[in-house]
Amino acid sequence: MPSPHMTLSADDLAPLPRTEAANTLVRPSLSYWEDAWRRLRSNPRAIVSLGIVVSLLLFALVGPLVWRVDPAQQDVDQISQPPGADRSATVAAPLAPWRPDGRAPDAPVLALDGAATTQAVRLVWGPLPGAERYRVYRNLYPAERGQAFGMPLAELSGQEVRAFEDRLDLRPQTWHYTVVGLDARGNALPDFVTLPVTLARVITAADAVARGMADREQDLPPGTVVKFALHPLGTDYLGRDLLARLMHGAQVSLFIGLCAPLLYILIGVVYGSLAGFVGGRVDQLLMRIADFVVALPFLLFMILFKIAFGIGPGESGIMPMLVALVLLSWPASSRLVRGQILQMREEGYVGAARLLGASSPYLIARHMLPNTLGVIIVTLTFAVPSAIFTEAFLSFIGMGVAPPTPSWGSMCNEGIKSMLEHPHEIIFPALFISVTVLAFNLLGDGLRDALDARMRSRE
Amino acid sequence: MTLWRYALRRLLQGIVTVWFIATATFLAMHAVPGDPLMSDKAVTPEIRANLEAKYGLDQPLHRQYLIYISNLARGDFGISFTQKNREVNDIIREHFPVSATLGILAIVIAGMGGVVWGALTALYRNRLPDTAIMFLVILAISVPGFVIAALGQLAIVGLNRVTGIPLLPVAGWGSVSHMLIPALVLGLGTMAYLTRLMRSSMLEVIATDYIRTARAKGIPATRIFTHHALRNAVLPVITVLGPAIAGITTGGFVVELVFAIPGLGRYFVQAVQQLDYTVIMGTTVFYGAFLVFMVIVVDLLYGIVDPRVRLE
Repeated sequence: MPSPHMTLSADDLAPLPRTEAANTLVRPSLSYWEDAWRRLRSNPRAIVSLGIVVSLLLFALVGPLVWRVDPAQQDVDQISQPPGADRSATVAAPLAPWRPDGRAPDAPVLALDGAATTQAVRLVWGPLPGAERYRVYRNLYPAERGQAFGMPLAELSGQEVRAFEDRLDLRPQTWHYTVVGLDARGNALPDFVTLPVTLARVITAADAVARGMADREQDLPPGTVVKFALHPLGTDYLGRDLLARLMHGAQVSLFIGLCAPLLYILIGVVYGSLAGFVGGRVDQLLMRIADFVVALPFLLFMILFKIAFGIGPGESGIMPMLVALVLLSWPASSRLVRGQILQMREEGYVGAARLLGASSPYLIARHMLPNTLGVIIVTLTFAVPSAIFTEAFLSFIGMGVAPPTPSWGSMCNEGIKSMLEHPHEIIFPALFISVTVLAFNLLGDGLRDALDARMRSRE
Repeated sequence: MTLWRYALRRLLQGIVTVWFIATATFLAMHAVPGDPLMSDKAVTPEIRANLEAKYGLDQPLHRQYLIYISNLARGDFGISFTQKNREVNDIIREHFPVSATLGILAIVIAGMGGVVWGALTALYRNRLPDTAIMFLVILAISVPGFVIAALGQLAIVGLNRVTGIPLLPVAGWGSVSHMLIPALVLGLGTMAYLTRLMRSSMLEVIATDYIRTARAKGIPATRIFTHHALRNAVLPVITVLGPAIAGITTGGFVVELVFAIPGLGRYFVQAVQQLDYTVIMGTTVFYGAFLVFMVIVVDLLYGIVDPRVRLE
């Protein structure tokens, strides 16, 4: 490579004048932590991840103070509502009895009598050829010949009864009603009439008052539009508020995700430094014990321990999970710390400190642990996502926290059952797990680059 | 032969480990509150006593332990508590091949994919293919297995809807078309992990002296890649195959659950939910022994593949 310094003149070799400045450091000396922080700050991915982690903690801790909805409370008016669903309802008079006599048309069509609302759908139809009696179906999909018509609602006795009032579990959505004629022996005839019906949500004034939408019934004349409770992220299959459940689930998932690694790494540090520092027989014995724990298949024994600890009535099952995680996970970090300590025991500065009369506890606390702290912090950061994964996995197979305590994993478990109809019920918890794990992984990468020169990845 | 001596020693160690797993399983299951006959119809004390005698539950703990261990040593895992007259051995014999087929397919997909993508990213280091693949990798590592499984199922539904014909079955087991997506889903996390590993290993190898020497000798780049770089870079991937198999085995629980595959994993989860004690103990010990054995096989394989590794 050609360089401008290749050609030197005599001037270049002339000694520089001695100044005071040359003997002082230009930059202030940085401590290890200042240097690490400077490195981390220059890594945009790590800083964004740090921001996400902090906002997740705020979401879990401050969120429930702002959004004070009980995560176990069921809103039976809004079950499996996606976010942003229409939550307005029109106030209507209480449902009056229906006298359909003489209202049925003469032509073979299916028609509505009155408006279709969530109070009642009143159907009338004309005579179908050859029909002795009629059967009424309701379906989510348009009726087609040769296909099933959906849920049979009723079989009406007699040729003359050509009216039906549906009041079964009505929701504000579109349904396809189908009426099929039956012959004298009850076999379905080929002819049918069908009608798509979109139901309008209505509510009586008394119900609206009972739900706290107004103080007095007099304030709600028929035709007034009222709004149901707001669920920013929708509701789940029991009508529980998803945002509140995500916040409380974040508490569970993050509590386990942060506390379990903190605890087991703490145990690992004590255990590993003891083994590494004492050495000899004690070290052999301690490490052999750790080897056995490592040999246990992790997730299988998580399940086994969860069963063994049991969950009493009214308990959430968070503590058994924490204990099981700690019991099974400590050896890896103890091995790591032991290795570091063994390596460091031979270092010159440890010998120097010992020469100066440093005691063993002082050596461990002042020289060895601070030097392993970087590695420990990086291990901790990478342990968080795996703990969150473990919690989610256990809750997903039904061995995690007990209902009604929400966790992101159990929310996914509930959401996956109606994934096609109500995707929002699985998308949100899955997204939270993924973003959390992603953030901790990227933060871990950043911390590794910042804290530990030996482990620095070659980017 | 040192290899045989090494293999024998590892095998003996493995048997001790399996014994430890069996003991831990036994003790864990005996710490369970309540007892296996609680949900049963053993209403009268006489029936209860008979059942306890039948399952050996009236014996003191150390006797039960001895019976359990000696049965295990003879390869007898006992009888299911919830499905009468069904031996745990039968359950394993019937359902494990399904899990094994799925697992082998997944590990092949993960291994091949990991090596190919990892090598590719190392070759295109810091260029578009590298960035794109590594982005997908970090995404795959961060998404839990059951979400990937759900997405896989959604993809099948979408594919079938787009093509208008049922191209791939959404769930179930029986033909190759049933296996494809579940195996891919199962292997994806491991593949992402292996890709990362392969990339850093490849970057390390590319920087070595023998690659520079090979280049200096004028060997074509493709030959250097296939004969010098790839072969050496693959070695670390083999070392992590042991943990990868463990991951795929337990990951199989979720995938089998989501895709309704009649494998041992799904059966195990069901047994856990129904508290079928003998099935839980049997499958745990079986899985534990399987994983211990697989780690030994992988270590032996590593010694054979890489002659520089001294087995000790």
